[in-house]
Amino acid sequence: MAIKLPIYMDYHATTPVDPRVLEAMVPYFTEHFGNAASRNHPFGWEAEEAVEKARKQVAELIGANAKEIVFTSGATESDNLAIKGVAGMYREKGNHLITAVTEHKAVIDTCKHLEKEGYRVTYLPVQKDGRISLDELKAAISDKTILITIMAANNEIGVIQPIAGIGAIAKEKGILFHTDAVQMAGKVPFNVNDLKVDMASLSAHKMYGPKGVGALFVRRRNPRVLLAPIIDGGGHERGMRSGTLNVTGIVGFGKAAELCRLEMASEADRLGKLRDRLNERLHKSLDEIYINGSTEHRLPHNLNISFAYVEGESLLMGINDVAVSSGSACTSASLEPSYVLKALGAGDDLAHSSIRFGLGRWTTDEEVDYVADKLTHVVTRLREMSPLYELAKEGVDLSTMQWQTEPQH
Amino acid sequence: MAYSNKVIDHYENPRNVGSLPKDDPHVGTGLVGAPECGDVMKLQVKVNPQTGIIDEAKFKTFGCGSAIASSSLATEWLKGKTVDQALAIKNTDIVNELSLPPVKIHCSVLAEDAIKAAITDYKKKQAAEGKSAATQVQPSA
Ligand SMILES: Cc1ncc(COP(=O)(O)O)c(C=O)c1O
Ligand code: FES
Repeated sequence: MAIKLPIYMDYHATTPVDPRVLEAMVPYFTEHFGNAASRNHPFGWEAEEAVEKARKQVAELIGANAKEIVFTSGATESDNLAIKGVAGMYREKGNHLITAVTEHKAVIDTCKHLEKEGYRVTYLPVQKDGRISLDELKAAISDKTILITIMAANNEIGVIQPIAGIGAIAKEKGILFHTDAVQMAGKVPFNVNDLKVDMASLSAHKMYGPKGVGALFVRRRNPRVLLAPIIDGGGHERGMRSGTLNVTGIVGFGKAAELCRLEMASEADRLGKLRDRLNERLHKSLDEIYINGSTEHRLPHNLNISFAYVEGESLLMGINDVAVSSGSACTSASLEPSYVLKALGAGDDLAHSSIRFGLGRWTTDEEVDYVADKLTHVVTRLREMSPLYELAKEGVDLSTMQWQTEPQH
Repeated sequence: MAYSNKVIDHYENPRNVGSLPKDDPHVGTGLVGAPECGDVMKLQVKVNPQTGIIDEAKFKTFGCGSAIASSSLATEWLKGKTVDQALAIKNTDIVNELSLPPVKIHCSVLAEDAIKAAITDYKKKQAAEGKSAATQVQPSA
């Protein structure tokens, strides 16, 4: 089979809309265009009915009740709503929050914002495998702690946190537990009751739905979670999120969630095998490549590898018909290498040499083989050009070398 | 990020990749940058003792495409220059030639640093060479 180029292997960044999802959405742009909040005519009723169906579909994916789903503009908003909402609502009870250093910016920056408002935040470190330690979590809890927010699976390294363990600790201590489940939900089983999660952020565009729509699961019983809204207005979504509902987006989200629920088992199995194939091929043809993060507690469709002695951006340039991303500084606006990889303690040089592969619904065997072969070729070529590779082959220990760095670096 | 055609050309067909013997008295070696910063450049020049002109230049670079292009271009420019002419190469010349965007200026700075470091190393060696030649001469006198 001929391969179509460029190849998309960046499914953690976003996913294409599944044609079945698009099909479900189309009538709601033109035919059934009503405002779901219009209570007194059939246009509104149709829209409301479609939204409620989607709410059930999303709830079912995570084992929640439909009434516990609040639709938002995406997971960034869901994370903001959960964290700021709890902070605002439970201020009297305490002012301490616990999160982790490898969280998505939507969580980290929200926490930083709250710090400026007088809240105290503990950023738990992670171990070499990318997971937090439950003992460190317990030690960080005080009687002022009102929220623990730890992501389910990481967007860069695909590492799955011990969510059930965190849920149990939170429950025992009577602290609310929010998890950013964007990368995990729809990909592997994620059940809010089994895991004792009180709030969970979801995003449609990471599960073959449209961009600009997400949800926050907000538990209604044991405990009933209350949130201070962050947007004021017409009081939609049980008062937690004002704003006319994005009906088409929500319909698509619902359909996408349903497809994920029905196809999850076979898709995860297929992608896990493809991911392993990619990994094995790379390991067979290249030395000194390192997987970042746990291989055991990991999403089946994620691979994050550092190719020692080769800088990530130059690597991306060599595989410009393959869409992947790198933790290297030079590919990001910040000129700082990935904070997630730095947090693993592997050294900044390995962060600069990293590539994230995200496999997805339309990834094929042929694509995996093409990417593995191409990478092998480019890494080999760049290593021949790398002074670090040369030094290492001469037996020089790079970590003990004195580097001549400019002050601005 | 979109790269200029010249950057792509140097990346695809880098000029003068390789190494010269470090211990050769006529070879100057510059190694600048640091792995933690995501960029390390090694640049070497070989000066012809008769003419004082750089007749060989080699590089190896760990860094982004612009860093590779900057050092590749630098080796092209170095050949045929005297040591003093080499020191006159400015990072801004590299920026202009390769049409580097502002975020990539430090890659060109690194190349200028590498040139300076290589020349400094060469001059140091020459000075030491002169001294040891002198000390070798003394006993027989
Ligand atoms: C873990 C995680 N949280 C939150 C987000 C933000 O989601 P959204 O794009 O829906 O705002 C993303 C996506 O970039 C993500 O990967
Ligand atoms: S070496 Fe860092 S951006 Fe070029």
